[in-house]
Amino acid sequence: MISITDDIIIRAVARILIPFIQVYALYVIMHGHHSPGGGFQGGVILGASFILYLITHGLEEAKEKMSELKAGLLSTFGILLYSGIGLLCLIMGRNYLDYGGLSTILKVVPAQARSLGILGIEIGVGITVMAIMFSVFFDISTGGILPEDEEDLGVNR
Amino acid sequence: MRILALITVIITGIILIYGTVDMPDWGDPNSPASKHVSPEYIEEALEKTATPNIVTAVLADYRSYDTLGETAVIFTAGIACILILRRRRQRK
Repeated sequence: MISITDDIIIRAVARILIPFIQVYALYVIMHGHHSPGGGFQGGVILGASFILYLITHGLEEAKEKMSELKAGLLSTFGILLYSGIGLLCLIMGRNYLDYGGLSTILKVVPAQARSLGILGIEIGVGITVMAIMFSVFFDISTGGILPEDEEDLGVNR
Repeated sequence: MRILALITVIITGIILIYGTVDMPDWGDPNSPASKHVSPEYIEEALEKTATPNIVTAVLADYRSYDTLGETAVIFTAGIACILILRRRRQRK
């Protein structure tokens, strides 16, 4: 079980580092068109920032920023965004995930629509990977037992 | 019995090595793999998808359905972790 640390150095360093990690993660996701990177890599970095917050600030504080319920909902939202973009292409009369069909909605040339479609699905992948990274770490670090359920389940720590 | 197994392994190994003899050289531009769809990707990816990174264009556009499956695999891994580990109190 991860408990709250009183160490001011750990908390301060984490507080300074986390915004930079998150900005870098967003950069990796958004810059996947021009450099190595993309949804999977950026999502893992973004997930790592939340895991760092969980390690340094404890479960109670971390649940205010990112709870296991939020992570579950976000992970489904990411896949829904991905498949939703694919379905939108289907509705526009193209093949599934053929982003050229988005050009009439986005009012750009088909090539640019494909670029934006790639960006959209990368964001979906990033959200899913981030939420699942956090969710898996949350379950392993707590053993799957939430603090408010500990007494009911008869767990002594 | 062990001798028999060893002979089987050696014969299988020889057949596999024989199979690699007439494979194209490493990075051969005239190999079938480099002639099928790769030239089209390299020549037309920027023009058709407006994405300078061909890897991203192939991964997220030409092979988008595959990437959807990969994301589903990650999602399934997380769901499996929740199902195995998470214990909630019985709701009455």
